Amino acid sequence: MEIHRYEKIWTAAALLLIVGFIATVTYGTVGAGVKMVDDSGGTVDAGSLGDTEFGDPGVTQVGENQYEVHVVARQFLFQPGTTSPIRVPANSEVTFYVTSADVVHGFEVAGTNVNIMAIPGQVAEVTVRFDDPGEYGIVCHEYCGAGHHTMAGQLVVVPEDEYEGGS
Amino acid sequence: MAYVDDFPTDARIVRWNMAVAFLALGVGGLFGMIQALHRTGIFRGFVSSADYYTVLTGHGVLLALVFTTFALCGLFTWGVTRSLDRPLPSPRFTLSWFVLMLVGAIIAAVTILGGLVPSMPFSADVLYTFYAPMQAHPAFYVGLVLFVVGSWLAGVDWFRAYWQWRKDNPGERIPLQTFMVLTTMLMWYISSAGVAVEVLFFLLPWSLGLIQNVDPLLTRTLFWYFGHPVVYFWLMPAYFIWYTVLPKLSGGRLFSDPLARVVFVLFLLLSTPVGFHHQYVDPGIPEGFKFIAMTNTMFLLLPSLLTAFTVVASMEHGARQRGGEGRLAWLRKLPWDEPAFAGCALAGLMFAAGGFSGMINAGMNINYLIHNTLWVPGHFHLTVGTASALTFMAAGYWLFPQITGNRLRFRSLATIQPYVWFIGMTLMSNAMHRAGLAGVPRRTAEPQYDTVSFQGVVGGISEMRLQIAIGGTILFIGLVLFLIVIFGTWLGGDGNDAIRVNGSIPVPLSGPEHSPKILDNLKLWTAIAVVLIALAYGLPLWALVSDGLLAPGSPPIPV
Repeated sequence: MEIHRYEKIWTAAALLLIVGFIATVTYGTVGAGVKMVDDSGGTVDAGSLGDTEFGDPGVTQVGENQYEVHVVARQFLFQPGTTSPIRVPANSEVTFYVTSADVVHGFEVAGTNVNIMAIPGQVAEVTVRFDDPGEYGIVCHEYCGAGHHTMAGQLVVVPEDEYEGGS
Repeated sequence: MAYVDDFPTDARIVRWNMAVAFLALGVGGLFGMIQALHRTGIFRGFVSSADYYTVLTGHGVLLALVFTTFALCGLFTWGVTRSLDRPLPSPRFTLSWFVLMLVGAIIAAVTILGGLVPSMPFSADVLYTFYAPMQAHPAFYVGLVLFVVGSWLAGVDWFRAYWQWRKDNPGERIPLQTFMVLTTMLMWYISSAGVAVEVLFFLLPWSLGLIQNVDPLLTRTLFWYFGHPVVYFWLMPAYFIWYTVLPKLSGGRLFSDPLARVVFVLFLLLSTPVGFHHQYVDPGIPEGFKFIAMTNTMFLLLPSLLTAFTVVASMEHGARQRGGEGRLAWLRKLPWDEPAFAGCALAGLMFAAGGFSGMINAGMNINYLIHNTLWVPGHFHLTVGTASALTFMAAGYWLFPQITGNRLRFRSLATIQPYVWFIGMTLMSNAMHRAGLAGVPRRTAEPQYDTVSFQGVVGGISEMRLQIAIGGTILFIGLVLFLIVIFGTWLGGDGNDAIRVNGSIPVPLSGPEHSPKILDNLKLWTAIAVVLIALAYGLPLWALVSDGLLAPGSPPIPV
């Protein structure tokens, strides 16, 4: 097969670019430790969340600076998050467990890496560090019905010495 | 002799396919403008925010499925008959797939639009992705099934024409356009099997009450098994035009036939085992399989990067034939006032930008930044919304005279139209990308919240909103100009004009005689494609079904 010299150079450069992208993503995974949401959260029965940890969702302290937050997404609110903000202290490591009680929702904490799908039957697990106090908006970013655009909430990172428990 | 004189029956079916495609483009484009004005808050008088999602479903289905697939069927019917120099074998069979697709599209569209009319007993506000457990009226799924089956039969029609040609021409290389059609359709058969299983075995019986539950993650996975290859089903007809028509429009000829074949084989191999890159942030799917999908996706860049080279090289060759000189000064010799050329060239330029934003989407962990934000529609309005759509429009300018026998009408409108589209899309898409970086969600009627403030990385949110609204409006104006030209051309003559264009396509600089024969071994490439899919999807699909086909289950939730 006849390939023009410039085309060979271009193809080599293209392959280099591709390998470079794969290397970048691999560095993010291995070097920087950015973990993807996976199957570690397990499955639940979306029809009977009351019998699981999602029966009373909210913030639980599990270590000195470690917290777990269980969140149920349902048309059209986050529990907790919408009626009352999720509260965690600054300088903490927070693991979110998110599931849906009805249709597919999204769980995006705007301005952070927390950006996951809430799928009925599945539990999404994601861990994130909050170093500084601040307020973050939570958005449902997957269409979930006629009131989708009203589905939002808030996460408040409280100064460590002012923290008085979760939601 | 124009195409319509050589192949009157096939020209009619090409015309009808293109007409349906462009009518769907008109309606879908109107919906797009309504959305651009609504979600930015510039004007919310067209529909309520609840009905926004009906409009959005119509926009997605009419443009991503109906427009693209009918345009593909028109272009491919033209390409197969032209390159094999024979009509499709049975006009009745051809008509039957066209009618089947049309009936399916109408059923789906009417069901969707029923959502705007409260007295209508049906609706399908489930968007183009129709994720379970949101449930549409069963008629929506029935319409989709008929539509997809119709597209399968269209492929059978083209394969039959090829087999007949093969009988008369043993040992010859498959003509390039037919090769592109056949590889595209093989990819389509493999990938649309996923959505066929999703709809026929799960969603349709579930919406009819025959089964109680479906597994939302399993059906979603089946959708994305189909949902990424479908973007190549939109794109490959555009590549087909860029490889076979654009070089001629530039005044030259295709640079390399062998590399064009390599590119289409790569698409057949790699289009499908990548679907998990739409599910990077889904729970329930192990990280390793996301990683495999990521590497496959990155290698899928290769055929597009090769195309960029060949297309630009062919254009440069054409420009130099027209007297162009210098390192870049040859660009001035290209026929920028020819709407068919300008449309293809601008579409290719925007596709380059869209390709780069797609690399961010593909970047697994980088995807956290932009998943389901406005960045994503910003990206695909450059790819399907311009690379495909503007190329199909450009092809329309070139093809309509040949399939109607009428000279192009409203030529001055046609000359500016690709630029109008380009400007509108530049405004809309750059702002959508930047809004996505700020975290503004897609698919949302009112992305303005009391508790959320989005911080623009580059520029302010209100400026982005304005650009999106203005860009969307300009795009719709561009669309109206296009429809005036096309339907003016079709209806404005009696088919006896002396037309200025002809359908002959010059032979490539490097022809098929330079390419290894193995490239034409379609059985081999199909087999390898299936093996790659089994590697990428076998284990994760097994994990999803091993806890029960319908578990964890969800009952239907009508919207």
